[in-house]
Amino acid sequence: MELTKEEESALKGEHGEIMQMAYRILVATGEATDAEKLVPIEWAHLSGVNYNTIGDAGEEFLSGISKHARVRVKTTLNPMGFDIDNVSNYGLDENFISRQLSIKNSYEAMGVIPSFSCIPYEIFDIPKNGTQVAFAESNAAIHANSYDNLKTNKESAFSALASALVGKSPYSSIRKEDNPNITIRMKVKNPNELTYGMLGFFAGKVGDTSVNVSGLEKMDKRQTKAMCGGMGTSGTCAKFIFGEGDSDCEKIDFDEKEMQNVHDELNTAEKGDIITLGSPQLGLDEISDLAGKLKGRSFQKRCMVFMPRTVKEQSTKIGYTAQLERAGCEILSDCCTCLSPLISKDSVDAVTTNSIKGAFYLKNSNGVGVNLKPLLQIVEDETR
Amino acid sequence: MKKVLVSGKVEGIVLKSEKPINFLGTVDKKTGIISDENHDLYQKSLKDTVLVFPSGVGSSVGAYTIYSIKSNHTAPLAMICQKVDLTVATGCALANIPLITISDEEFSLIKNGMMISFDTESNQIHYQ
Repeated sequence: MELTKEEESALKGEHGEIMQMAYRILVATGEATDAEKLVPIEWAHLSGVNYNTIGDAGEEFLSGISKHARVRVKTTLNPMGFDIDNVSNYGLDENFISRQLSIKNSYEAMGVIPSFSCIPYEIFDIPKNGTQVAFAESNAAIHANSYDNLKTNKESAFSALASALVGKSPYSSIRKEDNPNITIRMKVKNPNELTYGMLGFFAGKVGDTSVNVSGLEKMDKRQTKAMCGGMGTSGTCAKFIFGEGDSDCEKIDFDEKEMQNVHDELNTAEKGDIITLGSPQLGLDEISDLAGKLKGRSFQKRCMVFMPRTVKEQSTKIGYTAQLERAGCEILSDCCTCLSPLISKDSVDAVTTNSIKGAFYLKNSNGVGVNLKPLLQIVEDETR
Repeated sequence: MKKVLVSGKVEGIVLKSEKPINFLGTVDKKTGIISDENHDLYQKSLKDTVLVFPSGVGSSVGAYTIYSIKSNHTAPLAMICQKVDLTVATGCALANIPLITISDEEFSLIKNGMMISFDTESNQIHYQ
């Protein structure tokens, strides 16, 4: 990897210990992924926020560096473990809460925008076409590359943080190569968001850094987010390219049989004790649509609805929050279905959701059963 | 030396594993001792060794484990792998532990208990 004189001196420690560590991370990541150089980035989005995922070691590390580290570019971050407004309702232990708040404070001290959202592409302005960014949240990296004309690798928590501190990222993988050798042909008729989530999950398993996908109809936001979320959970693939691809691309069909395989892998329960919506978190369009679907109806069991704080504020102004609460929804900001400490197998056997990403983590991290259904079906079956 | 992931100059005794290491859950982050009884280094301490193993596996959060053992003074002096993976690369970068990769032939020549030294500046490895 070629470094400029300036970068070499930072790596040697001439710009302080924090910069030296950040450059070490970028160089190690760059060498590991065959980068030839570093490129400037305009926006970093960090993972490694939830105490459930980074633990004491992560909390201590962030607390240590936050005394001196400051981000150099616009930096946003992923959800944490709870909504600070209603955390007292959930019986979390004091240690979890204080450690999580320490993580929150460390990021804020470093100058990170406290967005606590996995859908930065929906709540922030998108820079101009072709801008290099560094997104560690997998669904957001895939969305940025596939729908927002941005360029990012599927960054690790560490390479994204180092990129934020330096303002550069390794030029490797999808940033320079955009030439998939696989085309997935969508063959399932009448797809809903769950179908697209399963298509994404399938694509992530067969794809390497990017895949072509053909046979898609016009998709709404819920469906595109489901597809990005599904792909992010199952592999390293960071981009969908829409179309047939070159003639020498290997063609793979996503048909009813393949869909059933994904469904069988992730659907482990016939019904859920609670419902969760929002993995990725819901944006304003989805909230508006949900409020419409729930008009005159209410949930017969707990339904947790996850959205970014900014979306909640807008929803409250417009009146959606009140409508959803009237229909029995429990609204949570700053956190997400995925890796939530708020859903525990001590109190819940199984969860109903329309999210493939959510299903994957509920099953593997929370250890609860999962009942998969598209939103329309959830509303039909679970409300009166 | 195939790749230099984290540069440095070290000398120490080889602790070699034929199995990949999942730092999250396999290594005690306080003592630096391998706590997984199914691992071939079970109950061995990583402290001050030159750890030689095929590659890291498992969750990327394992990088924080590498940082923790360094903070607790129980980390290896250096690591040598056959294949790079991002968890070990970023973990060693966080903790400033020199990390290189070597060829399969060299990997098979390095034995447990050998004295080994390398310097990424001069690109030299010596072992006996």
